[in-house]
Amino acid sequence: MTTVKAIINGLPVEVPEGTTILEAAKQVSVKIPALCKHPDLHPTAACGICIVRIKATGRTLRACCTPLEHGMEVITHDPEIVAVRRGIVELMMSKHPNECLTCARNQNCELQTMCADFNIEKSDLDSIVPDLPLDESTKAVSLDPRKCISCGRCIQVCQEMQNVWALCFMERGIETRIAPAGDISLAESPCVKCGQCSAHCPTGAITEYDEAPTVWQKLMDPELHCVVQIAPAVRVAIGEAFGFPVGTNLTGKLYAALRRMGFKAVFDTNFGADLTILEEAHEFVERFAHGKSELPLITSCCPAWVDFMEKYHADMIPHFSTCKSPHEMVGALAKTYYAQQAKIDPQRIFMVSIMPCTAKKFEIQRSEDMRSSGYQDVDVSITTRELARMIKQAGIDLRSIPEEQPDHMLGAYSGAGTIFGTTGGVMEAALRTAYKLVTGANPPRPDFTVTRGLKGVKEGRIEIAGKEVRIAVAHGLGNVESVLERVRAAKQKGETPPWHFIEVMACPGGCVGGGGQPYGATDELRVKRAQGLYQEDTAGLWRCSHDNPYIQKVYADFLGHPLSEKAHHLLHTHYIPRPVYQR
Amino acid sequence: MPKFTPAELDAHRAKLAAAPRKRAIIKVGLNTCGDAAGALPVYQAAKEALQASGLDAQLVRTGCAGMCGLEPLVEVQVGSDPAVMYGRVNAEAMREIVAQHVGQGKAVDAYRVPSIADMCCEPPTPGKQYRIVLRNCGVIDPESLDDYIARDGYQALKQVLTQMTPEQVIAELEASGLRGRGGAGFPTFLKWKITRASRPGEQKYIICNGDEGDPGAYMDRSVLEGDPHSVIEGMIIGGWVIGASKGIFYIRAEYPLAVERIEKAIRQARAAGLLGSNILGSGFDFDLEVRLGAGAFVCGEETALMASIEGKRGTPWPRPPYPAQKGLWGQPSMINNVETFANIPPIILRGGAWFGAIGIGRSKGTKVFAVTGKVKVSGLVEIPMGTTLRQVVEGICGGTPSGKPVKAVQTGGPSGGLIPASLLDTPISYEELAKLGSIMGSGGMIVMDETDNTVELSRFYLDFSVDESCGKCAPCRIGGTQMLRVIDRVLAGKGTKQDIATIKRIALTMQRGSLCALGQTTPNPVLSSLKYFEHEWNERLVASK
Amino acid sequence: MAATAPADVPAIAKKWKDKRGSLIMALHDLQGRYGYVPRDAALELGKLMGVPLARIYEVTTFYNFFKLEAPGKHIISVCMGTACYLKGAPELVARLSEKLGIKAGETTPDKQFHLQQVRCIGCCGLAPVVTVNEKVLAKVKPAEIVDQVYACAKGA
Ligand SMILES: Cc1cc2nc3c(=O)[nH]c(=O)nc-3n(C[C@H](O)[C@H](O)[C@H](O)COP(=O)(O)O)c2cc1C
Ligand code: SF4
Ligand code: SF4
Ligand code: SF4
Ligand code: SF4
Ligand code: SF4
Ligand code: SF4
Ligand code: SF4
Ligand code: SF4
Ligand code: FES
Ligand code: FES
Ligand code: FES
Repeated sequence: MTTVKAIINGLPVEVPEGTTILEAAKQVSVKIPALCKHPDLHPTAACGICIVRIKATGRTLRACCTPLEHGMEVITHDPEIVAVRRGIVELMMSKHPNECLTCARNQNCELQTMCADFNIEKSDLDSIVPDLPLDESTKAVSLDPRKCISCGRCIQVCQEMQNVWALCFMERGIETRIAPAGDISLAESPCVKCGQCSAHCPTGAITEYDEAPTVWQKLMDPELHCVVQIAPAVRVAIGEAFGFPVGTNLTGKLYAALRRMGFKAVFDTNFGADLTILEEAHEFVERFAHGKSELPLITSCCPAWVDFMEKYHADMIPHFSTCKSPHEMVGALAKTYYAQQAKIDPQRIFMVSIMPCTAKKFEIQRSEDMRSSGYQDVDVSITTRELARMIKQAGIDLRSIPEEQPDHMLGAYSGAGTIFGTTGGVMEAALRTAYKLVTGANPPRPDFTVTRGLKGVKEGRIEIAGKEVRIAVAHGLGNVESVLERVRAAKQKGETPPWHFIEVMACPGGCVGGGGQPYGATDELRVKRAQGLYQEDTAGLWRCSHDNPYIQKVYADFLGHPLSEKAHHLLHTHYIPRPVYQR
Repeated sequence: MPKFTPAELDAHRAKLAAAPRKRAIIKVGLNTCGDAAGALPVYQAAKEALQASGLDAQLVRTGCAGMCGLEPLVEVQVGSDPAVMYGRVNAEAMREIVAQHVGQGKAVDAYRVPSIADMCCEPPTPGKQYRIVLRNCGVIDPESLDDYIARDGYQALKQVLTQMTPEQVIAELEASGLRGRGGAGFPTFLKWKITRASRPGEQKYIICNGDEGDPGAYMDRSVLEGDPHSVIEGMIIGGWVIGASKGIFYIRAEYPLAVERIEKAIRQARAAGLLGSNILGSGFDFDLEVRLGAGAFVCGEETALMASIEGKRGTPWPRPPYPAQKGLWGQPSMINNVETFANIPPIILRGGAWFGAIGIGRSKGTKVFAVTGKVKVSGLVEIPMGTTLRQVVEGICGGTPSGKPVKAVQTGGPSGGLIPASLLDTPISYEELAKLGSIMGSGGMIVMDETDNTVELSRFYLDFSVDESCGKCAPCRIGGTQMLRVIDRVLAGKGTKQDIATIKRIALTMQRGSLCALGQTTPNPVLSSLKYFEHEWNERLVASK
Repeated sequence: MAATAPADVPAIAKKWKDKRGSLIMALHDLQGRYGYVPRDAALELGKLMGVPLARIYEVTTFYNFFKLEAPGKHIISVCMGTACYLKGAPELVARLSEKLGIKAGETTPDKQFHLQQVRCIGCCGLAPVVTVNEKVLAKVKPAEIVDQVYACAKGA
């Protein structure tokens, strides 16, 4: 690798060619402020906070997007540069509502931090906050365009990373604003509610739709029997909001905290994940080994992906697994099986899902199928970020609280269920069970590592009983197109499909990088969160979903067998094309 | 028309030169502005008068002669007499001119104005006009390829393709000292050289910047409308030098006639084998396409312009990477201004040294200005670099109509600055204008007299820039608006000394923190007004406590 | 929603679809046909050209040239370029505003006139300049502007 040598603030640095000044400065312990730059995204160069001076010309350039050049002498801080940065912050403040106290990003906001660092106590600029309405139409992600600083991150995320094109900039100059495509409400737009925009927004302009108050209200209702479940990816991310090292698994502490908050039963979505695998692996084997309906089979447990498929790729419906997502399965069973077993009127059960995900807020009312128990199967879905706030409100010290166990009926899980929370996890878990279904024995090594890692599209070939299973795993909706194109091409030519089984997760990294996870996710963090899950997988009692005795029990007691009529009614759904721009 | 080989092009040119000429030629200026001033009825009148009288005269529609204030303009040449220019001609006057001048050989003095020859001078002399870029404007029929060929058109292209190497062309450009006429003044040879060297063998693009957004400047429009082939020829040569097979004309939508004329010229050139595959039998393939702007000044900025060609919002992107490395569609691209391209064929034909001998210091050749505002004769002037502002304003353009003294001159439009009367003896060059806090810009020159107020004019420019900010970066997006608010406070008589400090503070933030030159230069008119006309600001401030 | 039959959209889409990045050109054609960019037509164009609606709105709202609503029958553009500004264009806008009862950028309720300010149309030598539809009025005097505009509108 060629490197460049240069001087930053009088100190020599040597970095690989192409390294930006912003990155290079870290080598000499210099932190150049940056606001619009996000590690996941290519620089938009929108804020100007990161300007530095090139000594030779005296010109100011943006550190976030300017590669360090050989022999360059850079000054990152001098009185004029600081004055300009201050000036920029002051300008931004003049167009921003002073609403930190009532803002979801309070104490967690990149703009606020910047303002705090520059401490601009008074300004003689007029306040010119635009009068733009709040958009809560999706009840999943909320848009407050007044708080937008036009950094362009969400646009890049929604258009390039996710290829959804729900968000865009409208107008220009001082009138520039973010808006859903076509200036309709977000709910009417192509938005799939993945929440990646909110996870990347530096301010409170796009946030999760906050349902924590609803949950508190229900917890206080003596008529209700509130139950809860936590998704796999939540347990390894929530610690970041409490100062735990990234990737720390807090499952036991979360169970304890939820009980203290007043939940009558604490379940785990991982149980639902195991159940999903049983259903989905059977579906796969039916198609793969018994030639029933079309291959490839495509996973369906990510609601943003489902929405995206229905809107943009409805021709894939025949390939879609009909399995509901794990938390919906748990919801359906909580209001049927659990209600029966615990002798509680299902009408009184209030099911709360804690998810890494904003799309799940939308999913719970996606269609009639989400009321398979006769009631809405999951009543409220909140994100990791909302739970973190609730734990703080509840005065629970997560650091010292002793660990507890879940309510096993819908709470015990295998390692396969755990790894659902990361990209490739569903595939790996399904392969373990499919292997068993075809060969009658567990795979000698349950780790199918081709599914792991952060490459946008991962491909692999696995041998099961002498037959080759070709798989593909895509995460980040922007990576899906190329995969589907190949499937379509093969179909058109009547060739065998390029893959037999495809997993898609809307968020980069899968749910560990979900739109409702603690802020600041980067690939580095996503990997660590995923490691937390893989550790739990290897440490667990069971590695395969079918080995989970509570899963076996629910089939024996209640569902019969995978793909039974009852299972179909409660655990499966169907899809309809919803082409975009219907208005 | 058949596709030319080099020899056929020469033969055709010789044939045109040998063609019998009519006894008289009448040229009516019919650019957008001529039309607006009523030149069409004048043209009709001439046509009818000629038909009725049966006089042996040729009637030609030409482009722009440059004396906009005197439109409609008609030039009449009888026999071998020098051409006579008539200004403010109406239909009746036209009939009189046909009868008297064409019919009897006696010029009609009542409408006579200086002719192009009267205004120009060979060799180039500071203080007089010298026409390189405008060489054909007002002289030829812009819709006639033959007219262009008869005036050495496509000779430079032929020479380049048959006798030169790209390196030789670049060397001539280096010797000429030509710098970009779009405003920034980047050495043209260097841009061509860098783009030629960049990623050889890959698809490259050459782009003509015809966005001309400076409000009060129309040099490029006049060239596009008046001599489209000269720009096309410059582009083909550029394409060949850098190794591009595709060129794009980006023209603002507000110039429909320019678009029409360029499109027509492209069709003509294609038919004649001067565009398309195997140009002049040389094996070089190159074609042109026209793309329209849609009303955004910032799209004159090269990276924004490319975004616009890609069908996106015209927002600039940071450089590096420069267009030469990664431009349109991520490919090496080169953007030059209309006037820059129009300079290329004469430089090739007459040599870089000829061009380099004109001008002063590092500013070579001529520059076209659109002089407007408080001058007797507003219009286009092309002067050798080194001519002083006073020579342009008081000499060529005749000073103010009222005879009152000039108060200031603004060059460079919204990115430029004011130059007070006391500095009018400054010679025009990139360096000298920059020293005064203004810029050469693309060629707008606005003259103000005592009745004009510089606070208001700088507010006008600021308002323009705020309106045209793309909104991508915070310093420009918010800074401009806030500065405007403070100035409005001052204009309302509520300003204080503190407000002046605030204006300067915002200005610094915009100059250093803005992403592109639009935001970086937005404060210039205001700052120059503060610098040279501080009293006009102080008069408006609330007496300080 | 306005009843705009986007009948010409397929032809426009066909003309530009295969030319890379030609959205703006297609929108010019669309506006040339309808006088503005009707929503239905934009939707249809996006579908046919494979351009996301978000991109179309980004573009149409960025560029001054594109109108999202039907303008009046006669479009009056007062040049607000520097030359025209210095030669009294603001006074012309004021006169027209007063007479028509609308501000610049607005359309009269009877949809007869749309008044707008434009930046330099390149006829600075003839400043101040006003255009009515396609017709350019040069060296306009405040006292005459209203009559001139009405005359043009009648002639059209
Ligand atoms: C805001 C802005 C507007 C510009 N407008 C124009 C323009 O209208 N025409 C032009 O040729 N260059 C314009 N430029 C300069 C171009 O970015 C570019 O430098 C030029 O086209 C290069 O051509 P040249 O080297 O021949 O001058 C503008 C620059 C900025 C920052
Ligand atoms: S977005 Fe940030 S700065 Fe703005 S109100 Fe919210 S917390 Fe405060
Ligand atoms: S930071 Fe300041 S404004 Fe905010 S709550 Fe504390 S005292 Fe109040
Ligand atoms: S939630 Fe996802 S699809 Fe919706 S606007 Fe945000 S990034 Fe786009
Ligand atoms: S909403 Fe957030 S991410 Fe999007 S542009 Fe505004 S500040 Fe940036
Ligand atoms: S991976 Fe996503 S869909 Fe699956 S269980 Fe986890 S949160 Fe739910
Ligand atoms: S990947 Fe996970 S967090 Fe992201 S949308 Fe899908 S289910 Fe939700
Ligand atoms: S630019 Fe001036 S001289 Fe040229 S045609 Fe227009 S008005 Fe006439
Ligand atoms: S300086 Fe102004 S015009 Fe240039 S990128 Fe920034 S906002 Fe856009
Ligand atoms: S961080 Fe570099 S411009 Fe915003
Ligand atoms: S300023 Fe009005 S036409 Fe140029
Ligand atoms: S701006 Fe009106 S004539 Fe140039």
